[in-house]
Amino acid sequence: MRYLSDVAALARKDLLLELRAKETIPAMLLFVLSALTIFHFAIPRGSSDVAALGLLWVAIVFTSLLGLTRAFVPEREQGLMDALIMAPCDRSTIWLAKTLSVIAFLGVAEVVALPAFTLFFSGLNLKTVAAVVLADIGIASVGTLTGAMAVAGNARELIQPLLFLPLSIPVIVGGIGASATAGPKFLLFLALYDAVFVLLSWAAFDFVAAEA
Amino acid sequence: MVSARNLSKRYDTRRIFDKVDIDLDEGGFLLVTGPNGAGKTTLLRVLAGLAAPTSGELVLPVRGEIGYLGHEPLVYKQLTPRENLTLFGRLYRVPDREQRIKALLERFALWDVRDKAVATFSRGMQQRLGLGRVLLHEPKLLILDEPFNALDTAGAALLDEELATRSRRAVVVATHDPGRVEGLATERLAFT
Amino acid sequence: MSEKLAIRLPALVGLATALIALAIVAVFFWAPSDADQGLSQRIFYFHVPIALTGYACFGWGAWKALRLLWKDDPDADLESYVAIHQGVIFGSLTLITGSIWAKISWGVWWVWSDDQLVLFLVLFLFYCAYFMLRYSVDPGPQRANLSAVYALFGVVLIPVSFLAIRLSHSFIHPVVFTRNGAQMTGTMFATFCICLAAMLVLFITLYQLELAGKRLDSRIRELKELLS
Repeated sequence: MRYLSDVAALARKDLLLELRAKETIPAMLLFVLSALTIFHFAIPRGSSDVAALGLLWVAIVFTSLLGLTRAFVPEREQGLMDALIMAPCDRSTIWLAKTLSVIAFLGVAEVVALPAFTLFFSGLNLKTVAAVVLADIGIASVGTLTGAMAVAGNARELIQPLLFLPLSIPVIVGGIGASATAGPKFLLFLALYDAVFVLLSWAAFDFVAAEA
Repeated sequence: MVSARNLSKRYDTRRIFDKVDIDLDEGGFLLVTGPNGAGKTTLLRVLAGLAAPTSGELVLPVRGEIGYLGHEPLVYKQLTPRENLTLFGRLYRVPDREQRIKALLERFALWDVRDKAVATFSRGMQQRLGLGRVLLHEPKLLILDEPFNALDTAGAALLDEELATRSRRAVVVATHDPGRVEGLATERLAFT
Repeated sequence: MSEKLAIRLPALVGLATALIALAIVAVFFWAPSDADQGLSQRIFYFHVPIALTGYACFGWGAWKALRLLWKDDPDADLESYVAIHQGVIFGSLTLITGSIWAKISWGVWWVWSDDQLVLFLVLFLFYCAYFMLRYSVDPGPQRANLSAVYALFGVVLIPVSFLAIRLSHSFIHPVVFTRNGAQMTGTMFATFCICLAAMLVLFITLYQLELAGKRLDSRIRELKELLS
């Protein structure tokens, strides 16, 4: 219970920060709409719906990257990670709270992006929506961890995409597979990815956040 | 409360400090002096549990019983003083949180601005709030790095008062200008 | 440098040289030519052992990373880094030999249908990011922790990516090429084993050499620091 109440306090802080600054969510919304617009011109007429679905997944990963890059900026700018890791709570609560807030931001962006996609390109089936939900969990978990790693170094946000994108390739495969093929195989794969990487990120965060 | 034997810290091959011994009990006051860049901040971060020593033995109070104030006030600038203290009060499991926060804000003359964003404050006010943050959970070990640097006159007077009435806690202060707290020190460590 | 290592290193270098010589002889003069692909198929004897050695490097690096995080083994950081460094070298060689083999077999330098080749591309990107991460952080316990965590992610990414690449055939490549590596004759298998042994010993030798060099370097800098 302690654990959950710590997560709630930290997640509340992350949402409050976004509510005040109003930076990340508007940026993600604008980005995903711009990306979909660009994709309209990037895929020639007569391309298959599958190609458009592929671009939807590209848009999701890059939009999430935008949010993930910003995730630890408040902590980094003011050295606040020090204050958080000295608190007597389990350090993985910091990761979990941040992951949940990233999922929330991503969810907001997708609530706009998915209808926009059906409007601009083609309809979406329920399986694609389920795949997006599963993908969000994996993307946010891994991306929050690599985000914490990136801000620890001198290169800052620059290396976040480099750290994150190779790890996101299986998510892309799972997502497009779920959109384009029949059967639950790819949804199961996404669930497997989530299970493995949520656990790994949760366990690893302690070492990323603090040196002692 | 704090016991260090042969404590050393190196970055790669560069020695930051070497073979430091510290014994500090309840009511003890360790004054760390030396010029800027002598390794005071690194030592304090090690004592706060924020950095790992390269070698040596170190016994510290458990996490959550240490209060550390560095060069930054370590508060969220987009949040208000009350939101900041509520967050840290919850994370540090402070009992009677609401009352303690109110008392602290009043004592630090921040009650009137309790619902304004910290970003709008002067540097001195921010540091006062930072001091409030480290005192909120009544740490057994209070670690202050150049505490008078960023504080305004009012804040400095509050800190003087706080340090003079120390009772069951141990204090570590690092400063390049020890004049103000010289008389309080029970232990001294000079870096060159 | 320890006395033991001073004896062991030249012995390792000797063994590696002998095994590689033996492997070359076996590949070109002993192993039979492939019925379909003829002489050029022999690059298989280098490509596959190099790839397997690459996995061994990444696995060893992750094992040392785990030792660092779990047991606080102070030597493990450098050992993990050196193993991954070797892994990237073997990984690059896998990409090059794989590309040559693709050209020979199918007339193109790159094929997305070769799972192992695609996986090595992903791993190459991943471990290059490992170096970016490592060089963006100042030396110290934090860098050791971050590197170790990322190295562990890598070894988990290998099977997950492999599965993903396998699965991706169902919507990317309806036609899958196969390479006939499974039906090996006795001589072919023996040659393959010699090559694999040669590559693994080469890895161990390079690993020990780089480790000794890096340790010597940091010792010298330490002494310089003491003198100044």
